[in-house]
Amino acid sequence: MLRYFFIGLGLFLVGLFAVAGFRGQKSGKPPIEIFPDMDHQPKVKAQVPSSFFSDNRGNRLPVAGTVPIGYEAPRSKDNPFPDEGKYNGVRFTAGTDYLNTGRFGDQWGTGIPLPVTAELMQRGKERYQIFCAVCHGASGGGNGVAGQYGLVAIASYHQDRLREMADGEIYNTIVHGKNTMLGYGDRIPLNDRWAIVAYIRALQLAQTATINDVPAGERAKLEALPQP
Amino acid sequence: MANFFPRWANWIPLKLLLIVMVLGAVVTGGIWYYFTPKYTNVGYMPAQPAPFSHAIHAEQLGMDCRYCHSHVEVAGHSNVPSTQTCMSCHSQIKAQSPKLAAVRASWETGTPVQWVRIHKAPDYVYFNHAVHVNRGISCHSCHGQINEMPVVYQAQPLSMAWCLECHREPEKFLRPPSEIYNLNWRPASAQEQLAMGAQYKKEWNVNPPVTCGGCHR
Ligand code: HEC
Ligand code: HEC
Ligand code: HEC
Ligand code: HEC
Ligand code: HEC
Ligand code: HEC
Repeated sequence: MLRYFFIGLGLFLVGLFAVAGFRGQKSGKPPIEIFPDMDHQPKVKAQVPSSFFSDNRGNRLPVAGTVPIGYEAPRSKDNPFPDEGKYNGVRFTAGTDYLNTGRFGDQWGTGIPLPVTAELMQRGKERYQIFCAVCHGASGGGNGVAGQYGLVAIASYHQDRLREMADGEIYNTIVHGKNTMLGYGDRIPLNDRWAIVAYIRALQLAQTATINDVPAGERAKLEALPQP
Repeated sequence: MANFFPRWANWIPLKLLLIVMVLGAVVTGGIWYYFTPKYTNVGYMPAQPAPFSHAIHAEQLGMDCRYCHSHVEVAGHSNVPSTQTCMSCHSQIKAQSPKLAAVRASWETGTPVQWVRIHKAPDYVYFNHAVHVNRGISCHSCHGQINEMPVVYQAQPLSMAWCLECHREPEKFLRPPSEIYNLNWRPASAQEQLAMGAQYKKEWNVNPPVTCGGCHR
């Protein structure tokens, strides 16, 4: 009797492992919920669909024609956005001043409207390396890794047109993109955009800088680095 | 009168007891082994609408996590990128690839790509990404070696015991703020990790909640 029991048990365990598998095994099947309790509550969380709405979007788009409090609707006649109409008008400028649009009236302005400190430059460098370096390259030569995989005509910052370009126009390129470059306004908040502009200016200066532009106290540090 | 029961019948109660005990052990072991997020959740690897590979984008191209998961350090929720994020490159790179059909369809119609969600905390748990990544906890501690995964799978159970393991001893996981998004960073040794972690814990006054209200609010 015992023998049959253990043979049966052994077969059962082999079968169990064959069907149920082991811990950590890769599987495309949705996780089993042993006690679902209140795991799924009928509330809307970020980026979760909701069957309450007919299009199943949990995150609602603003109703056409509405403007969030504190924002201004884009001006219709001289709208600076190249992609107007694409989002059915659902896109807002947070104000119409230089800080928000990079322009005075209908002219590009120049100058960084935030205090340019070491922290701002550091921030600009970090943000530049996250968002821009894949295409524009770490030093802004337009030779980022995406170029090696078939992204064509990435602009280099080291050409006269971009050296002379107004800060406001570069700001606008970050927010709304330009030609084949799509905008980053949805991912880079206002202060970071200006920090990136400041850092791009530093990259441009660095191309033509000489050792005499380095403060005397810092020169030894630079000279200690291995020469290329 | 002859013996009504044969001699071996004397063993029946003992054998039954043994069987019950073995069955009990098997059932207990089975529940211990299977009725846990370590089995039910770890290794969940659904097929995605587009075969997006972190191994290509994060490791081979060296892209920063924040290029795509751009709100992870400012919001509780770590966003999955918008279609525009992909189209920045894929309007030209592999623009005709059938693997990107779902992304192009989304770009043309304006309906989002329906990425299948992998990591999920139950709705009664409060979880916040920003407090973790800004306080020295790397994506690696909770999501595993994402940058080497051609297809994302869940590497950690995300169970309550697992959260608490770290909340009780965060010094085992704290790392320099510059290495949070570098998933290939490793401490030189376990002792070094403890020493460094203990120092950060003191300096930054790290104090993760272990009371119920911290996570069930
Ligand atoms: C996906 C690749 C990609 C990324 C990422 C990218 N760019 Fe570009 N950028 C381009 C391409 C391509 C062009 C050339 C556009 C054209 O004129 O056709 C360009 C052009 C530019 C120009 C010149 C625009 C002009 O007026 O000619 C500026 C300035 C610029 N980018 C800034 C940035 C900044 C700042 C970032 C980071 C926030 C960034 N780019 C990120 C691809 C990229
Ligand atoms: C090129 C954009 C991109 C980059 C860079 C990127 N990701 Fe992702 N990530 C995605 C997309 C798209 C998804 C959803 C599809 C999927 O799960 O594969 C995703 C999914 C994930 C998920 C699973 C989400 C879920 O559903 O539970 C995690 C975790 C994750 N990424 C972590 C990271 C980490 C860590 C890095 C940095 C090493 C990183 N990602 C870099 C685009 C990106
Ligand atoms: C910085 C540019 C860049 C961005 C942004 C980007 N990718 Fe890619 N992607 C690439 C490169 C480069 C390749 C590799 C092409 C190769 O192997 O030649 C690639 C390959 C792919 C492939 C495989 C295509 C094939 O036919 O083999 C898929 C699928 C893909 N990406 C999806 C995505 C998705 C989804 C997103 C948005 C979350 C995204 N990519 C964002 C640059 C990018
Ligand atoms: C302390 C642990 C922890 C850390 C550190 C962490 N995550 Fe998460 N992540 C989680 C948990 C838990 C969830 C599930 C959250 C939920 O369901 O609300 C999650 C979910 C996600 C998702 C899916 C969100 C969705 O709605 O589909 C993405 C993407 C993600 N994490 C990316 C990242 C990235 C990138 C990093 C590093 C910058 C990171 N995470 C760091 C624990 C962590
Ligand atoms: C690898 C370590 C680690 C893991 C795993 C981890 N945490 Fe944390 N958690 C921390 C640290 C460190 C803090 C920050 C404490 C501080 O800021 O003083 C924190 C803080 C928190 C806070 C407090 C946030 C606030 O606003 O006060 C909550 C809530 C939380 N974690 C929830 C969770 C949940 C839920 C999980 C499991 C899904 C989890 N954590 C997993 C390390 C971790
Ligand atoms: C660090 C965050 C954290 C703290 C602190 C915490 N919990 Fe949890 N708790 C969780 C998470 C995450 C889950 C979900 C686990 C899962 O999905 O398997 C959970 C699940 C539970 C469940 C299980 C619900 C079910 O049906 O599976 C109970 C009950 C619970 N918690 C009670 C408590 C009590 C009581 C305390 C205080 C002693 C507490 N929790 C403290 C994170 C926490």
